[in-house]
Order: sequence, then structure tokens, then C-alpha cells
Amino acid sequence: MSGFDWLVPVFLTVITAATPLVFAALGELVTEKSGVLNLGVEGMMLVGAVSGFITVLATGNYFLAVGAAALAGAIMAFLFGILTLSLMANQVATGLALTLFGVGLSALMGQDFVGEPVAALTKLNIAGLSDIPFIGPILFGQDALVYFSFIMVAVVSWFLYKTKAGLVLRAVGDSHNAAHSIGYPVIAIRYMAVMFGGAMSGIGGAYLSLAYTPMWAENMTAGRGWIALALIVFATWKPGLVLVGAYMFGGITILQLHAQAAGLNVPSQVLSMLPYLATIIVLVLISKDESRIRKHAPACIGKIFHPAA
Amino acid sequence: MLFKIEKRPEPSKSMVYLTPIIALALTVLCSIILFEVLGVNPIEALYQFFIAPLNTTYEFSELFVKATPLMLCAIGLSVGFRANVWNIGAEGQLTMGAIVGSSLFIYFPETDSVFLLPAMIILGAVGGAAWAAIPAFFKTRFNANEILTSLMLVYVALLLLSLLIHGPWRDPAGFNFPESQTFSESADMPILIAGTRMHFGTLLALFAVLGAWVMMARTLIGFQVKVIGEAPRAGGYAGFSQKKIIWFSLLFAGALAGVAGLSEVSGPIDQVVPSISPGYGFTAIIVAFLGRLHPVGIFFASLLMALTYLGGETAQINLGLPVAVTGVFQGMVLFFLLACDVLVHYRFRLNIARKAIS
Amino acid sequence: MNDSEGATPQLELRGITKAYPGCLANDHIDLKIMPGEIHALLGENGAGKSTLVKIIYGVLEADEGEIFWAGNSVTIPNPHSARKIGIGMVFQHFSLFEAMTVTENIALGMSGRQDMKALERDIIEISNSYGLPLEPNRQVYTLSVGEKQRIEIVRCLLQNPKLLIMDEPTSVLTPQEADKMFETLRRLSHEGVSILYISHKLDEIKALCHKATILRGGKYISECDPTKETAKSLAEMMIGTDLHAPEHHEKPDSGPVRLKVSNLSINADAEFGVDLNAINFEVRSGEIFGIAGVAGNGQIELLSALSGETTCSDAEAITLDGEHIGRLGPNPRRDLGLAFVPEDRLGHGSVPEMMLTENAFLSGYSRMALLNSGFINNGSTAEYAKEIVGKFDVRTPGIYHTASSLSGGNLQKFIVGREVLQKPDVIIIAHPTWGVDAGAAAFIHQTLIDLAEAGAAIVVISQDLDELFAISNRIAVIAEGRLSVARNLNEISVEEIGVLMGGTHETAEKAEALNAI
Repeated sequence: MSGFDWLVPVFLTVITAATPLVFAALGELVTEKSGVLNLGVEGMMLVGAVSGFITVLATGNYFLAVGAAALAGAIMAFLFGILTLSLMANQVATGLALTLFGVGLSALMGQDFVGEPVAALTKLNIAGLSDIPFIGPILFGQDALVYFSFIMVAVVSWFLYKTKAGLVLRAVGDSHNAAHSIGYPVIAIRYMAVMFGGAMSGIGGAYLSLAYTPMWAENMTAGRGWIALALIVFATWKPGLVLVGAYMFGGITILQLHAQAAGLNVPSQVLSMLPYLATIIVLVLISKDESRIRKHAPACIGKIFHPAA
Repeated sequence: MLFKIEKRPEPSKSMVYLTPIIALALTVLCSIILFEVLGVNPIEALYQFFIAPLNTTYEFSELFVKATPLMLCAIGLSVGFRANVWNIGAEGQLTMGAIVGSSLFIYFPETDSVFLLPAMIILGAVGGAAWAAIPAFFKTRFNANEILTSLMLVYVALLLLSLLIHGPWRDPAGFNFPESQTFSESADMPILIAGTRMHFGTLLALFAVLGAWVMMARTLIGFQVKVIGEAPRAGGYAGFSQKKIIWFSLLFAGALAGVAGLSEVSGPIDQVVPSISPGYGFTAIIVAFLGRLHPVGIFFASLLMALTYLGGETAQINLGLPVAVTGVFQGMVLFFLLACDVLVHYRFRLNIARKAIS
Repeated sequence: MNDSEGATPQLELRGITKAYPGCLANDHIDLKIMPGEIHALLGENGAGKSTLVKIIYGVLEADEGEIFWAGNSVTIPNPHSARKIGIGMVFQHFSLFEAMTVTENIALGMSGRQDMKALERDIIEISNSYGLPLEPNRQVYTLSVGEKQRIEIVRCLLQNPKLLIMDEPTSVLTPQEADKMFETLRRLSHEGVSILYISHKLDEIKALCHKATILRGGKYISECDPTKETAKSLAEMMIGTDLHAPEHHEKPDSGPVRLKVSNLSINADAEFGVDLNAINFEVRSGEIFGIAGVAGNGQIELLSALSGETTCSDAEAITLDGEHIGRLGPNPRRDLGLAFVPEDRLGHGSVPEMMLTENAFLSGYSRMALLNSGFINNGSTAEYAKEIVGKFDVRTPGIYHTASSLSGGNLQKFIVGREVLQKPDVIIIAHPTWGVDAGAAAFIHQTLIDLAEAGAAIVVISQDLDELFAISNRIAVIAEGRLSVARNLNEISVEEIGVLMGGTHETAEKAEALNAI
């Protein structure tokens, strides 16, 4: 076993690189399951990242910071909800607007804090378990948010597939007209799903600014919000597969870092392109099977619901 | 609920024109609050944003310099948006246009042919269109979502530019700065008014506005774009090909964005640098919507958004306001516009408390 | 049945009124249903039936009026409370979730939390005892229309309703399936369940219902005992004026074959689509050829193959006036003289948010020469639109209004007019009068008959057997993507068509049934 010990730090970093994606994609998955497509993930992550960062600078309390990030993301998502759910605006356009707005707003909020350092979120070694060779440090030597991401994958799966409320949420995404005529409050359910998505994106953003690279920089998400959207397609709307997909992307990001460190003679820009190119390739491979996508995608996704007669 | 939202039997024409104005008014209202929060006198800030940048002829010409790439990109995007093709990668297409177009000068710097610039413009269009062809191919052949692919390609294009400019394209006489050599005169966009930076690219943009107007209003392809966007099945019934429209709108947008990129590097920038655009390709999305996806509307909307760029700079210099305010402002405009759009298709009614069933 | 005077009605409505912008959907409507009574709500499309039942079920809120439930005044703010007091409803457009299982669908229609295992057992028990067999774990999209309806009914029955509302339940069933459902309803009535039965089919109301309330234009017209009325008297109450049937001259002796479909097979590309399997038929000049069938048996696919929206690999599969057109797209087919009217008026036959002029241009630009060296000729397009509006009595404030602003009947007249004015040799029309008021329906039928008499060949795809019997010369039935052999109108009965509509499985049983007729 000890021959592979050098892999431990690699896996550790893969998980940290993937965790923001896990949060954002998991939240957006719930949003999409309710039949809403929110393309503003990138914007919500950025506002979450900067809110969390400012809170830590002000209070030093990471717990509060994550709460602030979740709240900021949820507020952004609420704005999206007002536009698309109450005012029936086009979801694609509104999602783009949310991202553009989030980029601007986070830059404005964070302008005085660029480059200020904070301490990274501490790693919690779970007593006993983290001493297990190889697996131990990878799975049980992480920070609290990583454990939280594991828990959330389980919670979201359980909620969607084992509870009546989850069944109702999926039903709303499958046919809002049928759900309405049976008597479910479609709009209210979607507001909750959208705001959950926002809160999770906010936490994903905060993971970037508090743990992955503990600092604030404009546009620091660098397209992760969009990659999270692609991940959901890759995972065919299944929470467990989101985790797998996120770790694959985390792997590609880390591969890039390690290749540079190993002095591989490839320009850094080419390596930096890898996650984006991988996203495109994965999307193409998955989307090729159109019927598979159609079978798993919520039927009402992106459609406007107007409770008419 | 106090209000009831009812669908109008047909979209309100007056609201189509009114909503951008309402949206602007609401944005100004909100930015007054924002300025108060930032501790600046709102009147002074609004003056710096909207009036001060237009005080001199030079400044006025700068408006067109900034509006040119916005106009070119937004015209292209608007055709796609009309057809429900969500190309959001204009920034990448702009970058590739700049790279491919200027490659001609970079590899043949000594050329002083009069055909150099026209050839660069054409190559710029080809570069942008080729970059947009990738999402078009993936969409039509593999059904891959064009929103995500076109956006991912933005990052790839920016990294490619960075790669070139830190490597083979770096000016050997440039003290190791990541910049190409400055363009020769025959590779430069001709200046339209002496003493300003207003260049030939602006004419190209105006030509694109007119051309797109005629195309969308009076030609079969424009009609096809509208039908496919509004009701794809009706398009199939009429014998229009959805794939053809996806290809057309992406190539069209890519070509115009490519021209925008080229006209930036051989216009105001005059060399290839790591950062060609302050996000014109993304702001163009806002311009396209604010202009109601109509070429004439886009003309005015691009001037307005150009003004926010200039105003942001002026306000930064004179009031110390962060440049990021421009981004917030632009985001807000689009938000309010989309919110107000509900008035085009729906009307609000007071929910009069007629007590129904007791 | 408990119908004695003086007993408390299970449900009573007094003065129910509901207004929409520009129309009064329900105007002071009264209704009384006794326990165990099967009560018909009869009216044309747009008479206000659906609005009324949605108010009873709590989907809509009335502007005025009172509801009494077993003698007590109640409010029904939402469907949950409707179900709580014992009202169940089977929707015309099913409120089902295609991607979910039967059990999940039923759980969603019930209030509160359910133990899924127990629910599965209940479903099997109830569905079998009422002769409505269901497999709890099947996904809904794999089921037939009749099975989907069973889910809705079982979902209601599981909650022991006192009133069951059925909205146009037989419109999607074969006559045989409908008969089976009637048995279930009669049995429920015997058990004391009241049934509000919405329909415009007079025969089934006469056969099934104890009472009928007739609505017209949102108003209460009368209440009667349908068993004591004739179909004609019911129709007159429903429609108001007496309508004359379309004039149909005897078919001239067979003209030349204009449209020939031979061995047309196409695999459906959509997930829930139907494969077309070796379809053969031919239509002669002057003939109206009817294709009957329950929705979802390949009609959409057949129309799309005939229009060219789906092309065939075999050019000879479709022949128009001797020319092989199987591989051509819609526009080349139009140029050769084919015209089509799809089932879905808004979004397929027209672009909802576009003006009538643009919608005239949509299918007419080539045959009507509305393009001028690549540019749209606005003048002649407007003239064409005006001609359609004028000749086909399309009620609209003007040709620069959108298609979505027209009523269903007027839009259908516009679309039919647009195609007919292109002087087609062959016209294929799906559900020509679906959701259209009686006046417009008669007008459209007459137009088709006139067009046939002028020498065109016409294919009518419809679910409405009355319509097909009224206008066609020959009828074939489509079931599961196969087309039966065509028969002359006078050689086939409704029962035979019903058996054919049942599809190809249980073939032995069907052959037996056919022999028995």
C-alpha cells in the first residue's frame, strides 16, 4: 500500500477542487428537478464567495461565513424567482442576467478585499478513522464543508426519491399543469427549489474563497458555475452521479496543477484549457444519446407556468 | 394576491417600446440608492455617468468607439436569440476573430498592400464564424447544449490568446511585455474623423445594423429565423430546417463578433494584447435584449451601454467610484427589462375583493 | 338510486358566476345532483362546462354563487379540500405524470403521506374489483390511453368519493372501452356515488345518465331527463338553433387516383412516438377518405410523413398524381399540389405570436408567389391574407392581428382557407373541427365537400366518428401504427370500427367479435 502513498495528497486535492462543483450542481439539480432552469449559478457562486469571504474578515467565524454565503445565494435565487416564476420572464435570459449581475455585484462588494488573506478552513481529522492508511486521510481528513457535501448528496437523494415532498417536487417538474390541477402550489414549490439551489451555489462559492484558494479575486469561479450545469446533464439528473462527475472534473483540474509542478513541457495555458475542453467533450458524448437525455430531464424544464384556467 | 396577472390576447405593441424606458428609469432609481450606500452624491454620480462623458466632440466620438464592438456582437446574437439559439460565447468568437484576423499582419508585418486590411477583416469574420461553428456542429450533430459549449469556448479562446501572446506572437523588441508589435498603417482601421479614434469599424457596425434590419424584416431567411424561434413545429410544417437556422445564426453571430474583435485590435488597441475586450461579448447580450432584439433598438442600446463604460471610467477618475459599478448597472438594466417584459404579454388587474363562495 | 323529491342533494350549486377577460364563462348557473344520480352536464365546446367543474373541484374560484354539499354551504378553495369532502375528478386532459409509476401518480393525487407498499396493495385490490386492472409499477408513458384513464379513476375510487366528476371521459376511448367504463359507473351509482358526467355525445348521455343539465354560452338552459328526450331535441337545446347537416352529393364514380401510399413504414424518432407499419391506401379525385382511430395510434406520425415533415427513405412510398414524392420535404410537395392542415392549430398550423399576414405567408409563399427575388412581397401577402379572411368568414379585427388573438373556430377557418385557396389537388387535414363551434364546423365540412366535388382528393384524420360518418366516402382505421383495409361508408358499422380501433393485439378475440357483429 505504501507505494501509493504519494497519491494521498493528490486525492485530497481532487476532493477539494471538486467540492464547489458538488454543492453548486447538487443545488441546481434540485432546482431543475422542479422544472426550472437557472443559468445564474456562476453569478450566485460569485456572490456567495464574496459574502462568505467578507464575513470571515469581519467576524472570523467560518460558520457564520458559510451561512452568509448561503443566504446571499438564496437572495440572488429569490430575485431569479421573482422574475421567472412571478413575472414569467424567460428563464434562459434571466439566468444570463443573474450571472452578469452577480459578476458585477461581487466585484463591487469585494473591491476593497482583493488580495487580503484569510486562513483556510481547517481540516478536521475524524478521530480513529483518519489513521486508516490511504483511505483514512482522503475520506476522513477533510474540512467540515467536504463532510457537509457528502451529507448533502445523501440528503438530496433521500429527499427526492424517498419522501412525499420530493415526489411532489419531481411531479411539478414533470408536468406543472397536472400538478396544478391536482392542487399542488406549483409556484411556491418552485420558489423553494430555486432558493435551495441558490443557497447551495452560495456555499459552493464560499468553499472557493474560504477553503480551496482562501482569498477573494474578481471572477474567481472561472466558469465553475457553468461546469456545474454541464455536470447535471452528465449525471442525468441523479445526485450520486453528480458526485462522481464532480470528482472527475476535480481530477482534471488537479492533473493540470500536478503536471505543471512536475515540470511537464506543456504550456500552462494548454493545461488550463483542459477542464473546459473536458466539459465540452463530456457534453457531446452524453447528449449524443438524445432519447436518454429526454428520458431523464424533467419534462417541464425551462417552461413558463401560468396558472390559467 | 393583490394583483392578478392575465395573459393578453396578443402582445401589446406600445409596451414593447415602453418597457426599455421603464426599465431604465427603475435602474436609475436603484442606482441612486446604490450611490447613497457607496457614500456619493447621487446627482453628482449620475452626472458623471451620463452627462460628463459627452462633453466634448472627442468624448462623443469615444462613445462610438465603444459602441462599435457592442453593436456588431449584439446584432449577431440577436438573430440567434430570435431563433432560440442561445449563443453566449460572443466574447470567445470576438477573441478568435482578433487572433485569426491579425495573424495576417503578425506573419506578414512588412506587407503594405491595400488589400491587407480587407483581408484581415475577412479573416476576422472567418475566425469568429469558425469558432461559432463548433457549438453549431455539436448542437446539430450531437444535440449538445449550445449555451454551455459556446461559453466553455470563451475560456479556451482567451487561453489561446494568452498562449500566443506570451509565446510566438510576443514582440521581440517589446522588453518581454506580453504584447505583439504595433500594427503598421496598412493593417490599421482608417480613422473616420481626424483627431478622434472613431474608425472604419463603426461604419461596418452601422452597415450590419442596416443589413440585419432588412434581413429580418423583408427576407425569407429572416422570416425563417423568426418562425423557428417562435414555433419550431410551425417551422417544420412550413418546410424550414431547424438545423439550417442553427448553423446560420451561429455563423452569422460568429462572423460579426469576429469582425468586432479584429476592428478592436486593428483599431483602438493597435496591437494584440492579452485582454482585447472588457467583456463586450457578454455586455452585448444585454444590448441585444435592451434593443428588443431589433437592429434599430440595438443601435441605441449599444450607445447607451457604451456610455456606461465611459461613465464608469469618468466616475472612477472624478469620484473614486469603483469600475465594478458599471457591471452592476448593466446587470440591473437587464434585470428590470426582463421584469418589465411581463407587461408585453400580460396585464395586471387589481384583484377586487368580490367575495365569492361564502 | 335515490331520486325522491325532498331528499337532500349531494351537491347543489346556486348562481355560480365566473368571468374571464372578454367572456362570461359561467353566468348564474344552478345545478342539483342527488346521491347515486348520474347527472350529465351537456354543452358545446365553450359552453362553460369545464369552468363549472373546475369550480366544483376547487381548481378555480367562482366570482359569485354558493355551493352546498349534502345540504351545508361550503367553500372549496383548492382540490385538496374538494377531495377531503369526497369529490373526485377524472380530467379530460389527464393530470398524470408521464415519467412516474402508476403508484407514484396515485400517491400524488391523494392528500397526506402514504405507505407506498400498502398503497400498491390497495391499487391492485380496488382496480381488480372494479374491472380496471392496473400494474402499480409500470411507468405511465408506457401505458395506453385507456389504461391512463383507469389510473385517474382508481385514484378517485381509493378515496371513497361521494361525487365523481368525469370530464369527457369517452373522447379517448374505443366504443368497447367506453362500454366497460359505463358498467363501472353504473355500479358506482348503485353504491350511492353521485356522478357528474360531462359530454357532448348525446347517445351515451341517453344511455347512461338519469338527469341532464344543459349549458349554452355560459348560461343554464334547462334540466331534463335524457332518457325521455331524443338525440335531436337534446342537440337543439345544446346548440340553440337547428343546424342542417352538410350537403353531401353521392360520390361521382371513381376518378383517377391522386394520392397513393404504398407500404409506408417509418420508425418513430420520438421517445413516446408510434412506428408506422406498412401503411397502404389510395385516394381518388372527388373522394373524401376518412382515417379513424384513438389518439396516439400513429396519426401524428402519419400526417408528418404525408406532409414531408418526416421524409421516407423510399421515394415510392408516397405517390402524388403519379409522381414519387416520398423523399421530398414539405415545400416541394406543396409545389406539386399537396396541402396539409395539422391537428394543433396554435404552434403547428400557425405561429401564435405572428400576424395573420405572416401566417398566410407561412405555407403560402411558394404557391401564391409571395416572394420577390428573395424579398417578401408585403403587398401581395396582405392581399392573400385579406382574401382568406373575406372568403372564409374569419372574424378578426384585421389581418395585422396575431393568430393567438383568434378564437379556435376562426383560426381553424383561417388555416383551412389558407390551404384551400392554394387550390390543392390533394389536401390532408387532421381533426378539422376539434374544439370548433358548431357553426364553424359545418362551414369547414361544407368547404371540404365542395373541394372534393371540384376534383380534389381529401384525407381526413379524425377521432370523431360522427364527423367521419358525416363527410367521408370511405373509412379506414389506424391502430398501433397500422391502417386497416378501407371500407365504403355503407359497408361498415360503428361497432366494426370500434373493434378495429382496439388495435392488433388480442387478434383472435377481435376476429371473433367481428364475426359476431
